Amino acid sequence: MVRRRKFCKFCAEKIDYIDYKDTRLLGQFVPERARILPRRISGVCATHQRKLALAIKRARHLALLPYVAD
Amino acid sequence: MRRYEVVFVLAPTLTEDEVEQQIEGFTKTARDKGAEIVSVDKWGKRRLAFRVGKHSDGFYVVVTLHEPSGTAVAELERRFKVTDSVIRFLSVRTDLDLKRAEKFKKARDLRRQKRPAPVRGERAGRQEMEEALAAAEPVEKEEE
Repeated sequence: MVRRRKFCKFCAEKIDYIDYKDTRLLGQFVPERARILPRRISGVCATHQRKLALAIKRARHLALLPYVAD
Repeated sequence: MRRYEVVFVLAPTLTEDEVEQQIEGFTKTARDKGAEIVSVDKWGKRRLAFRVGKHSDGFYVVVTLHEPSGTAVAELERRFKVTDSVIRFLSVRTDLDLKRAEKFKKARDLRRQKRPAPVRGERAGRQEMEEALAAAEPVEKEEE
């Protein structure tokens, strides 16, 4: 089995500003338990992971995304 | 001029008129403090990701404003805290982030101009190799 090379979604799609209001985009990085998906799994680059984490935390504060889900 | 994005969530128990009144009140406060309202985006009633107090829905309002200092935003936050119908709020300064995003975009465009996009499947230097091979062919023919 060949493991596909991971790439940063935000670099590929040229998203420079990760909007905390964009729940659909952020939702892709918070699987069922609602924890932030680690970089080693998603392949997101360090720069974008930092921005992504901040955006997710802002969205959580506004109750757009859950803190925990079960 | 700083650019701020102020989001607040109003309780779902308010009527539509009351929601309008609240928005009107807050934007007026901001304007009185010297802010210029760029846009007011009402998302309408939305389900919350979790319960806040006793509520499971809320009216989301996104206000974008320009102001020279943070005084209007500070005043808005103070008002949000004392207003019971505001169940959540967040204000974010966005001018610096947007400027940075712009810079990244510019740097990327510049890089693309300098180096043409590589053709998929073509290895770098392949063309030169083929040219070299073509030049070498006549030598082989002489030997035949």
